[in-house]
Amino acid sequence: MITLPEVLSLAALLFCISVAGIFLNRKNVIILLMCIELMLLSVNMNFIAFSHFLGDIHGQIFVFFILTVAAAEAAIGLAILVVMFRSKESINVDDLDSMKG
Amino acid sequence: MNADLIIALPEITLLTLACLVLLVDAFSKDPLHLLTYWTTQASLLAVLTLVLYYFPDNAQIAFNGSFVSDSMSAILKAFMCGITFVVFLYSHEYLKEHKSLKGEYFVLGLFAVLGMMIMASAYSLLSVYLGLELLSLSLYAMVAMQRDSKTAPEAAMKYFVLGAIASGMLLYGISMIYGLTGSLDLLTIAERINVDDTNHMYLVYGMIFLIIGIAFKLGAAPFHMWVPDVYQGAPTSVTLFISTAPKLAAFAMAMRVLVDGLMPLVSDWQSILMILAVLSMATGNIIAIAQTNMKRMLAYSTIAHVGFLFLGLIAGTTSGFSGSMFYIISYALMSMGAFGMIILLGRNGFEADMLDDFKGLSERSPWFAFVMLCIMFSMAGVPPFLGFWSKWFVLKELVASGFVELAAIAVLFSIIGAYYYLRIIKLMYFDKPDSMTAIKSSKQMRFVLSVNGIAILALGLAPNVLMSLCLVALAG
Repeated sequence: MITLPEVLSLAALLFCISVAGIFLNRKNVIILLMCIELMLLSVNMNFIAFSHFLGDIHGQIFVFFILTVAAAEAAIGLAILVVMFRSKESINVDDLDSMKG
Repeated sequence: MNADLIIALPEITLLTLACLVLLVDAFSKDPLHLLTYWTTQASLLAVLTLVLYYFPDNAQIAFNGSFVSDSMSAILKAFMCGITFVVFLYSHEYLKEHKSLKGEYFVLGLFAVLGMMIMASAYSLLSVYLGLELLSLSLYAMVAMQRDSKTAPEAAMKYFVLGAIASGMLLYGISMIYGLTGSLDLLTIAERINVDDTNHMYLVYGMIFLIIGIAFKLGAAPFHMWVPDVYQGAPTSVTLFISTAPKLAAFAMAMRVLVDGLMPLVSDWQSILMILAVLSMATGNIIAIAQTNMKRMLAYSTIAHVGFLFLGLIAGTTSGFSGSMFYIISYALMSMGAFGMIILLGRNGFEADMLDDFKGLSERSPWFAFVMLCIMFSMAGVPPFLGFWSKWFVLKELVASGFVELAAIAVLFSIIGAYYYLRIIKLMYFDKPDSMTAIKSSKQMRFVLSVNGIAILALGLAPNVLMSLCLVALAG
């Protein structure tokens, strides 16, 4: 039987991987978007685990909302990416440096 | 009619009207989008009227405790609609001048206002999250709207990535709080923590993530990285919008989550906010001195002001919270005026966003130099302007709660901060202008911007008008 701490540890691990991915990745903006998605999914896992072990349905309802918002977020993120590629001809994270100070 | 629907009537109306504006714009062929613009402004006024007409005498809870209408939410919503009305007026001017007028700007703006209103009325963590996302997603798109600009897409990307991280952090915090209390409802959370505090350490762990999310959205140091780039890179009309009404919403979110939901953990969040406040005031005020770009300088000034906003929350009393509310409303008014000035001085294809563009303004237009003087003195906190009183109320409550050292640090940093505001006044009054181009802009823009400047002076002469509103807001 899987226990609550086990699921929470897995979710925390996924969360850490996604945060590390965002801050270590210096190459591609699409990888950033993937990391953001992973982050939201790890939170979903947290919610479902709590919902299951508390016997409370609210957590699972929250997950549906997160999934919907994540889809909208990905759509906007990719749209911005296309706009950015048109103006910079690159989707390299290192090229996002025209403003400083 | 269902009582729940009446309580949420302003939001429902705004949603309907925003969809209507979208349709109107889809069928309009007018390059000036005048019909879209006027329907947008009329919608805002209609919602403002509804908010004031259904002003709640006491807190009314709807939709199974996930939505509340109380005096704080009503007053904040009224200010959000009013401020957005003026912001759209300035923006329309700017977009017309820079030939980048698109109807989507107003539609997205209305949806952002809807998100803000939901945040102000959120009474469960789910509605907090949904309101926040509706606001943020609209703002990301608005920043990216100027597609041919060099900086706007980059600013949008940075805003998007950091905003998404903030949402992720916030959600992780929400999931921890939910798991430990078994509820998403803010009141129930507070009750359950009061009854059973055995998981204190884990609750604080979840709360830290929540606070990181809030700090990101407000732009408090050390989570301020996006603020300067977004303010500088976005079209001025969007920067103007981001720096005004959404700040009220972020304040409302902080109030709902920290005060309504996590008040039992007050001593823990006080110490975290203290670190954020000192860091924000330090980074904001010191780095702003080195800026040559006006928008970037105002971005750092926002960070410093957010530090001050936290001071009122740290005081931990109702009068401290109303001090914070006073602070954020007056900040929104000042920031609206400051960005309005940048729009006023700009011309087709030329952004007056460098400090040098303000050189010798007193010779080009003595009146608008005076308006800018009011705004800058107010931001620096010089009496009798509005900004002085906002700092005064917050510091007074802070000292009354016994945080004397923190108040001293805050005063020290605001003295450092005064330097860069006064530098603008020096540029306007004592330097020679680079060019004597006359300021050309419409009568309504001039009129509203003048009223904006005068309001800052007038409210500063009678601060009790606004303060009594804020006290009413927090009373019940």
